[in-house]
Amino acid sequence: MTREQRRKISTVIRYVLLVAVGFIMVYPLIWMVGATFKTNSEIFTSAWFWPKNPVFDGYDNAFKSYGGKINLLTSMLNTYKIVLPKVVFTIVSATITAYGFARFDFKGKGIMFSLMMATLFLPQVVLNAPQYIMFNKWGWTNSYLPLVIPSLFAADTYFVFMLIQFLRGVPKELEEAAKIDGCNAIKTLWYVIVPMLKPSLVSCALFQFMWTSNDFMGPLIYISDMDKYTNSIYLRMSMDGDVGFQWNRILAMSLISIIPSLIVFFCAQDSFIDGIAAGGVKG
Amino acid sequence: MKQKKGFSKVLTENVGFWFVVPWLIGFLMFKVYPFASSLYYSFTNYDLFTGISKYGMMNYKTIFTDEDILRAFQVTFKYAIFDVPLKLAFALFIAYILNFKLKGVNFFRTAYYIPSILGGSIAIAILWRAVFNTDGLINTVITAFGAEKINWMASANGALTVIVLLRVWQFGSAMVIFLAALKGVSEDLYEAASIDGAGKWTQFFKITVPLITPVIFYNLITQLCQAFQEFNGPFLVTKGGPNGATTLISILIYNNAFLRHKMGMASAQAWVLFVIVCVLTAVAFVSQKKWVYYSDEDGR
Repeated sequence: MTREQRRKISTVIRYVLLVAVGFIMVYPLIWMVGATFKTNSEIFTSAWFWPKNPVFDGYDNAFKSYGGKINLLTSMLNTYKIVLPKVVFTIVSATITAYGFARFDFKGKGIMFSLMMATLFLPQVVLNAPQYIMFNKWGWTNSYLPLVIPSLFAADTYFVFMLIQFLRGVPKELEEAAKIDGCNAIKTLWYVIVPMLKPSLVSCALFQFMWTSNDFMGPLIYISDMDKYTNSIYLRMSMDGDVGFQWNRILAMSLISIIPSLIVFFCAQDSFIDGIAAGGVKG
Repeated sequence: MKQKKGFSKVLTENVGFWFVVPWLIGFLMFKVYPFASSLYYSFTNYDLFTGISKYGMMNYKTIFTDEDILRAFQVTFKYAIFDVPLKLAFALFIAYILNFKLKGVNFFRTAYYIPSILGGSIAIAILWRAVFNTDGLINTVITAFGAEKINWMASANGALTVIVLLRVWQFGSAMVIFLAALKGVSEDLYEAASIDGAGKWTQFFKITVPLITPVIFYNLITQLCQAFQEFNGPFLVTKGGPNGATTLISILIYNNAFLRHKMGMASAQAWVLFVIVCVLTAVAFVSQKKWVYYSDEDGR
């Protein structure tokens, strides 16, 4: 075999591998789309995703309300009542904190920075029970406050860390020029740093959007009134509470609830991938 | 002679401090206080409704003698031992293939990454239940190849496999991190190696892997922390069963704290888990001197 032939064969093998793995990765999702149009008996007999006799009762039933208190759309609305403020608060507080750590020297900075990095590895499991006790004393349980308010204080340190990493790669000359022109620290932050950080702020916003949309444990712990249920606990209730389980209904509900995330992902996939790579590799 | 500083001077000299004040407040209020109080509660029989009536080591004694709790720790270890290496190996392998200059790499990268975006959602847990149903997609495919149906949710190993696969399926974010690291490995090294007659596999293990060990280390630590806290998969897909075979410690903690309101016991279990994760992380950090290669040092 010549070198050229060998190279061709290995390229083919690589493509076959990539396609095979990609197929296994994505097929369950494609199958899910098809399954929403199938009857129970077809869901559990055919591996092919295309429905033989499409039925639409899954979608009809998906929007039915539960005890007149909540339905799929109101539960999704509830989720975004948490997601949107949390994304905004996180971006603002994480930017301010990252700016303070990355660009200034002050007393105790070393210790505070190490403590902040340590919280990256602090398992949420340890904090759940005592945080619940605290919020319960404040009368915050059964509201969205415990899920949203901590983000005002840069509680998700991962984003602070990510922004500090980005700021390290940004030259300081512009800020020095702004200082000479008479900008104070706050003006510099707003007019110089924020515009430069824009791509990374977008990454942070996207990740927080996804994570908060998917969050299950938080609402599970804090929300008890059915009309306040977020999408994730509403789905879980529908999955567990159904008698005479209709899979096409529950799968249709699941599919509808991931559509916003899918749209956001496809519109901004490069920001996601850059964000992950930067947070993980630099520094 | 040291001069006394004016108040305004203190304010301007420590301007950076004022930027981190919001974080500091949140850190003390939402992290330090709960963390410390959790340690305190772990030595009490704190019940959310009846309060504290006993102090001592009883929670820890129970943890190290109760069979169900010990099994939950055992299952958590088992889960992590299968989950972390499988996920990392898969992520690295696929990243390695993607790193060859092939057409359509971005398309594949996107396809592999979608499960990581959606994987944590309840929608996917529901899908997973359908796919691994006794008559589900997986068994339909298996029987088409002539094998016997597997009753995934009814056997201990089957159920554990299901929740391990759920997370291995989400290898995308680890893969993207590996891919970025692989791009940083100089082409010249591969050229030189192939002139010396080294095959692709030799190159992979002798050049690629050693050069990206810092990133392997980073992924190892983050995946380890996540695996020991895994909750959604076992809670929703296998519901801890059958017979506790997928009851990870996170589920016991949740049940104690939020179903039985035994906050003291839940805190103690969480602290044991925390110490285990700390020890494992420390071991990883100590061992990194042996296997992690940093380019700015001489040799290893």
